[in-house]
Amino acid sequence: MLKYILNRLLLVIPTLIGITICSFGFVRLIPGDPILALSGERGVTAERYATLVEKYGFDRPIWEQYFRYLGQVVRGDFGDSLATHRPVVEEFLKLFPATVELGIFALIFAIAIGVPAGIFAAVKRGTWLDQGLMGTALVGYSMPIFWWGLLMIIFFSGYLGWTPVSGRIGLQFFMKPVTGFMLVDSLLAGNFNAFVSALRHLILPTIVLGTIPLAVIARQTRSAMLEVMGEDYVRTARAKGLSGRRVIGLHALRNALIPVVTTIGLQVGVLMGGAILTETIFSWPGIGRWLVDSIYKRDYAVVQNGLLIVAVIVMIVNLVVDLLYAVINPRIRVQSS
Amino acid sequence: MSTVTNAPETRKPVSGLREFWHYFSQNRGAVIGLVVLLIMVLIALFAPVLAPHAPELQYRDALLKPPAWQEGGSWTYVLGTDPVGRDMLSRLMYGARFSLVIGVVVVVLALVGGVTLGLVAGYFRGWVDIVIMRVMDIILAFPSLLLALVLVAVLGPGLVNAMLAIAIVLQPHFARLVRAAVMAESSRDYVTSARLAGASHLRLMLVTILPNCVAPLIVQATLSFSSAILDAAALGFLGLGAQPPTPEWGTMLATAREFILRAPWVVTFPGLAILITVLAINLIGDGLRDALDPKLKRS
Repeated sequence: MLKYILNRLLLVIPTLIGITICSFGFVRLIPGDPILALSGERGVTAERYATLVEKYGFDRPIWEQYFRYLGQVVRGDFGDSLATHRPVVEEFLKLFPATVELGIFALIFAIAIGVPAGIFAAVKRGTWLDQGLMGTALVGYSMPIFWWGLLMIIFFSGYLGWTPVSGRIGLQFFMKPVTGFMLVDSLLAGNFNAFVSALRHLILPTIVLGTIPLAVIARQTRSAMLEVMGEDYVRTARAKGLSGRRVIGLHALRNALIPVVTTIGLQVGVLMGGAILTETIFSWPGIGRWLVDSIYKRDYAVVQNGLLIVAVIVMIVNLVVDLLYAVINPRIRVQSS
Repeated sequence: MSTVTNAPETRKPVSGLREFWHYFSQNRGAVIGLVVLLIMVLIALFAPVLAPHAPELQYRDALLKPPAWQEGGSWTYVLGTDPVGRDMLSRLMYGARFSLVIGVVVVVLALVGGVTLGLVAGYFRGWVDIVIMRVMDIILAFPSLLLALVLVAVLGPGLVNAMLAIAIVLQPHFARLVRAAVMAESSRDYVTSARLAGASHLRLMLVTILPNCVAPLIVQATLSFSSAILDAAALGFLGLGAQPPTPEWGTMLATAREFILRAPWVVTFPGLAILITVLAINLIGDGLRDALDPKLKRS
C-alpha cells in the first residue's frame, strides 16, 4: 500500500515540472517581444523595459530563465496582474471560493441525481425506464452547456421570472467576505434574506455546470452496476435468498461504487472547463470568468499563472482520487500490502 | 435460376463488415444517429441549393423577425431572422458545413498525431516511450477547454487555430490507446513471426500491428468528433473560434446573446443544431462501441 502511494506520488513530479514548463513557455510562444506582451498594450518606457528584462531575466540563457521562474513559483510568487497591478495569487484567492462554491453544488447535484438514476436504470435493465433514463443521460452528455445556460435563463428567468439572471447575490446585499462562500458568509452575518438571495442565484448555474457530470456519472453507475450484478458473489447472495433490495444495496452497490468514485473525481477537471462557460454566461465572479477576461484583456501574467494554479489543483485532486481509489478498492489494498 | 446462384453464398463465412452491420443495426439509437448525421452531411453538401437566402445577406427591413409559426413571422424567413436581418435557416444550413468540417479536420489531425506517437512509444519503449507519454500526461493534466483557450490565446483567435488547439488537446487519448494496444500485440506470435521473416520496423508498426488496434480507435475517433464540434462551438461562443460574420453555430450564439430575452429564437436554433449533431454522433459512438467490443457480443 505504502509502495503504491509512494509510486503514485513520484509520478507527479515529472508532470508538475512539465506543467511549469508549459506555463513558462506560454508567454515566450506569443509572437513578438515577451516583455511587450507582459507589460500590456500601452507600451513601456525604456527604463521600465530594462527593469522588466532584469526582473524576468530575459537577458539570461533560456534554462536559467526557467529555473528562475521555477524558483519564484515554488516560493509562491506568481507575479502581478498587468491590469490591476495586484499579485496574481491575491486575485486568485479572492475569486476561488466562488468557483468552489459553485463546483461543490454542481457536484452534489450531479451525484444526488446521477447515482440513483444509474442504479435504477441498471436494476430495470432493458425496460422503457432504463432506455428513457439513458437516453436523457446521452442528451445531457451531448449538451452544449453554454446554450443550455442561455435556455435556462430564457425560461426560468425571462419567462417565469423565478430566478435571477446573473451574479452571486442581489445587489442590495453587501457581504463582507469572511470565508468567501456567499452562503456561509450570509449566515455568519445572520442575514437570512441574503442567504436566500445567494441560494436563488446558485440554482441555474448549478444545474448548468452539473449537467455533463450528471450524465457521465449516471452512465458510469449503470455500467458498473450491470458488471457487478453479473458477478458470482451477487448470484450467491441471491441464492441465499436475500431480498432484492439487500442484494442491490449491500452487495452490488458497494462494489459498483468503486469505479464511480474515480469517475466522480475525474469530473473535477470537467467542472473547471465547464466553469469557464458557466461563469461567463451567469457573470459569476469566479476563476473561469477571470481567466477568460484576462485572455480578452491580454493580461498574460494572469493567464500564465492562472493556468498553472488551475492545472496543479486539478492534478492534486486527481492524485487524491487515485489514492482514495486504492484505499477503497480491496483488490489494490490487499495486493500491494 | 437465381436460387442456384445464391446457394454458394450462404455457405461463405460472413464478412467482417456484414457482421459489424449486423450488430450495429440492432442498436436502434445508433441507426437513428446515423440517419440524422447523414441528413446533416447532405444539408452541408447542398447548402447552396437548399438555403432559401444567402447566409450573409442582411435584409434591413426584416430585423429580428420571429419564426414563421409565431405571430409576426413569415414563411419568407422560416426560422426568423437575426439582429441584422440575416435568414436564420440559411445560416444554420451553412453552419453545418463548418461544424462537420471542424469535426473531420480535428479528428484527422488528432488521429494522425496520436497514432504516430502511440505507435512509436509502444513499439520502441524505453526513453522514447517515457518522454512521449509524460508529454501526453502533461497535456491531460490541464482541463481541455482551458488548454484549448490558452493555446488559441497564444496562436491568435480564428477557426484554423481553434481546430489546431482542439486537435492538440484531443490527441493524447489516441496516443494512450494505441500505445496500450501496441504493447499488448507486440508480444503475440504473429508479430514475432513477421519480425523473423524480416519485416522492417515501419512495416511491423503500420502493416502488422496497427490494423489490430483499429476497433477502439474508431470508437475514440467518433467520441472525439463530437467533442471537437462541442469545443469548437464553445470557443466560437467565447469569441476565440470562428469570427463573425461566419455562420458557425457557436459564433452565432455569441452574437445573439444580448437578444435572448427579446428574441429567443436567435439563441434557440443554433444551440439546437449543435445538440442534434453532437447527440447523433454520440449515438453512433455508443452503437460502434457495442458492435466492435467483442466482450459485449452475444454470439
